[in-house]
Amino acid sequence: MTASSEFPKPSSPRFLRPPHCFPPPYTQPAKAPSPRLRPRALLSSPPMATAPAPLSLSASTLPARLRAGAVPAGARWRQARRGRMVVRAKIREIFMPALSSTMTEGKIVSWSAGEGDRVSKGDAVVVVESDKADMDVETFHDGIVAAVLVQAGESAPVGAPIALLAESEEEVPLALAKAQELSNGQPQQAPPAPTEDAAAAPPPPPPAPATPPAPVAAGTKGVASPHAKKLAKQHRVDLAKVTGTGPYGRITPADIEAAARIQPKSKPAAAPPPVAAPSVGAVPQAAVLPPVPGATVVPFTTMQAAVSKNMVESLAVPAFRVGYPIVTDKLDELYEKVKPKGVTMTVLLAKAAAMALAQHPVVNASCRDGKSFTYNSNINIAVAVAIDGGLITPVLQDADKLDIYLLSQNWKDLVKKARAKQLQPNEYSSGTFTLSNLGMFGVDRFDAILPPGQGAIMAVGASKPTVVADKDGFFSVKNKMLVNVTADHRIVYGADLAAFLQTFAKIVEDPESLTL
Amino acid sequence: MQSTAAVSVSASATASRGGARSEAARRPGGVRVCGLRGEALTCPSLRISQAPARLAVARAAAATNGAVAGSGGGFDYDLVIIGAGVGGHGAALHAVEEGLKTAIIEGDVVGGTCVNRGCVPSKALLAVSGRMRELHDEHHMKSMGLQVSSPGYDRQGVADHANNLASKIRSNLTNSMKALGVDILTGVGTIVGKQKVRYGKAGFPDKEITARNIIIATGSVPFVPKGIEIDGKTVFTSDHALKLESVPDWIAIVGSGYIGLEFSDVYTALGSEVTFVEALDQLMPGFDPEIAKLAQRVLINPRKIDYHTGVFANKITPAKDGKPVLIELIDAKTKEHKETLEVDAALIATGRAPFTKGLGLENINVVTQRGFVPVDERMRVMDADGNVVPNLYCIGDANGKLMLAHAASAQGISVVEQISGKDHILNHLSIPAACFTHPEISMVGLTEPQAREKADKEGFEVNIVKTSFKANTKALAENEGDGIAKLIYRPDTGEILGVHILGLHAADLIHEASNAIALGTRVQDIKFAVHAHPTLSEVLDELFKAAKVNSGVSHSVNEPVAA
Repeated sequence: MTASSEFPKPSSPRFLRPPHCFPPPYTQPAKAPSPRLRPRALLSSPPMATAPAPLSLSASTLPARLRAGAVPAGARWRQARRGRMVVRAKIREIFMPALSSTMTEGKIVSWSAGEGDRVSKGDAVVVVESDKADMDVETFHDGIVAAVLVQAGESAPVGAPIALLAESEEEVPLALAKAQELSNGQPQQAPPAPTEDAAAAPPPPPPAPATPPAPVAAGTKGVASPHAKKLAKQHRVDLAKVTGTGPYGRITPADIEAAARIQPKSKPAAAPPPVAAPSVGAVPQAAVLPPVPGATVVPFTTMQAAVSKNMVESLAVPAFRVGYPIVTDKLDELYEKVKPKGVTMTVLLAKAAAMALAQHPVVNASCRDGKSFTYNSNINIAVAVAIDGGLITPVLQDADKLDIYLLSQNWKDLVKKARAKQLQPNEYSSGTFTLSNLGMFGVDRFDAILPPGQGAIMAVGASKPTVVADKDGFFSVKNKMLVNVTADHRIVYGADLAAFLQTFAKIVEDPESLTL
Repeated sequence: MQSTAAVSVSASATASRGGARSEAARRPGGVRVCGLRGEALTCPSLRISQAPARLAVARAAAATNGAVAGSGGGFDYDLVIIGAGVGGHGAALHAVEEGLKTAIIEGDVVGGTCVNRGCVPSKALLAVSGRMRELHDEHHMKSMGLQVSSPGYDRQGVADHANNLASKIRSNLTNSMKALGVDILTGVGTIVGKQKVRYGKAGFPDKEITARNIIIATGSVPFVPKGIEIDGKTVFTSDHALKLESVPDWIAIVGSGYIGLEFSDVYTALGSEVTFVEALDQLMPGFDPEIAKLAQRVLINPRKIDYHTGVFANKITPAKDGKPVLIELIDAKTKEHKETLEVDAALIATGRAPFTKGLGLENINVVTQRGFVPVDERMRVMDADGNVVPNLYCIGDANGKLMLAHAASAQGISVVEQISGKDHILNHLSIPAACFTHPEISMVGLTEPQAREKADKEGFEVNIVKTSFKANTKALAENEGDGIAKLIYRPDTGEILGVHILGLHAADLIHEASNAIALGTRVQDIKFAVHAHPTLSEVLDELFKAAKVNSGVSHSVNEPVAA
């Protein structure tokens, strides 16, 4: 019984359970309500005990009603071209929601709203059975259920459209046309034809079905194995159009995967899993080198994979570098003054860069299509930060407009979030210029790789006491640092960069303006 | 228990052993192969006895068996058991314990279905499948921080593991009976008259013995419906499947009960795809509907399994002449042809049929019903006129009351109790059952519909409470939070009517509930029992604590023991 004194009381399940597992009040009433009177608080009933069974399994991790992710159909397109907002007919897709962390597909138990029904935001429209439970799923938007794409009893992968929501009567026909398009065309969610690249991917996928295999003895009348059927449903592959290559001309899971153009998953006792994730961009992937005997292979984390992708993409940009020495005595003085107020050197440099950029907007621009300048309306300084096992660039937004104290506050929050891996996408991907500082390690100069989507990146070395001769021939010892800017030569030319650096140097060498 | 048995046994072996109830014979605890109290086709593991204890008991018991025979009134034996399966074995051990001179007749191998073609080897396969499943679940592995590269298996190695386990358990079983001095008579037994059995080669029973009492424990064989042609290679029963001679790409399993479900677990883990063919409208018809629904979500839907319900496999032709296995499906109600499946193999798991032919029941005016030997609640055989046949009992699958290995053994023990002059009726509702899928399913007592029907008839109320494995620390540590436990009870008295569990190690967890039912413990009492933390048993702890009983007063735990 010594154990019981060391551990949380086992008989008090409330300790062991997060609070959000309480079945929410609006779930279906328990069929056999068992009153929750307890003799002692210590023995308090686990709240799940009275919940309907399906919920008791999943309620612990989820809000009971998930909001279906309904996104305007044109959203993707709009996202691609920032700045040009286009308002089109409002037809929204209702997606299969992810009801649990392990859910990959969901089955529609029933539609609470039928085609043609008007629904308002918050209405339950569909009941989805996940791997764990049945859940009411509600809509985010008002509208009319124009078309049900996945019928009750059918399954769809998480994220696939299951219905179309039209905003008004007029748009219903449009939505129907779109539904037609969706059901006829290739599955939307299938990755955009990685087949060409797939040839280079490590484990060779099953032979491309370019030449249909010779029909096998027995009748090929669309016999498909259980897993093949499931896959076909998931990826909306018409079994009638697939030629089976399995025994007796049977359609195998591999046949469906080939038809849906997806990477085959490894089967028990089958080949090793693919080593590298297929590259998404158009950049050809480097050939995979043969393994080194005795070496340990550690796959990239998501963040590392993203870094790798960005670095490879940068090779497509013609970049050049310009260096500049800057005396920092006054900056150091200023730093000592503002340090007690929580201002860091990083923030001072970011502020200086932002102020310089304000005068040289071309360095804050980017080249997106190889044909034009994109001048950014904001000056957002991304600062490279090494975090455990990776690299991330939290962004100080509007660094030219905010004062250093506010920036310092923002910076502190950003770093905290970065360490906790809680940065929101706009907090690390909205930079227009990047600052990378290795000075604290004693690095005197280095050169940085230009991140995709930005025009320039500044690499800052350490500030060191250096003997300097002034124009009158007097020697003195000053703190000097070297900065090195890498820029996209399609938009930023040598003179632009030089002028920018000159401005930057002036600000740093006479930093009073930083505090204004 | 083992060590105390060893001491008491060796002491009494040297002491007087003339009495009908020698101390030694009564306590062969060290040898008792208690592990065999698994269920049909799903026996759990075996507790191996300590060698010194076994020897001591052997000496003592060998001397004891037959000590009573002198006063046996001219019978060769006090008890003859036909069939050395788990039921016969359980009865034999208990009979020796009660001081009866006992013989057991076996025409095949000791251990019967459970040990040789059922629970035991299937547990070996399921142990493999559980590990394979875990190793292949990347999500699961990753979330625990484990990295495993491409696990595979060697089919022959897996098959050998199953076979080795069966032979090990078989020899344990044989040794335990020999050690106690049970005479193992080889041959097929036939009842030739009152208290008279003949045995020998099938069809030539040349040796005759007499016995004061006879127990029929001949068990069952896989049931193969008409129209299905078994070739043992592509169309087969569990008997063949357990040898794992092949792992087909696609196998149809006819029947979605325990056997089918367990095999689907094995085959899908080893890479096969599975199609269930079920005659009833719902998969897993024997289970509590709620558990069956959840089991379908956990054990069927996410796996490479599809199913046809409400259909009969009217005709199954093995693969030959370059054709696959053909399964003709007809609608279970209209009998219209629905579909023909083409698969690589078919496992027939449509249940089991009693093995009672050649028992000579006609000699004593007993008529089987669909092959089952009719018995009363005391396992006494009934003749064609509905009268009890004196001194003749039938236990296990042969009587069809509850076709589980441990039920047979329990019935055997109950019979021996009666023979020894102590009336005993076995409460079948207290016998647990388990299905060893991953996760496991277990149950005892009534299902919810059964309980509600009974409640309607007898006019009492029924309450249900449930707890989730998701709230259990140990289950979460194992990353196995799927599952529920469900308690069906009477709120007026606190009587436990049924408990159903689906979740990690459910088969081991059910016994707290089955013991409570067997001993008549009520919810309001058992809820004060303490469970170690953190263990899976807390799932049941919570379950009992969640149940509310109106008649609050506890009666069995009223005298606290000083600690």
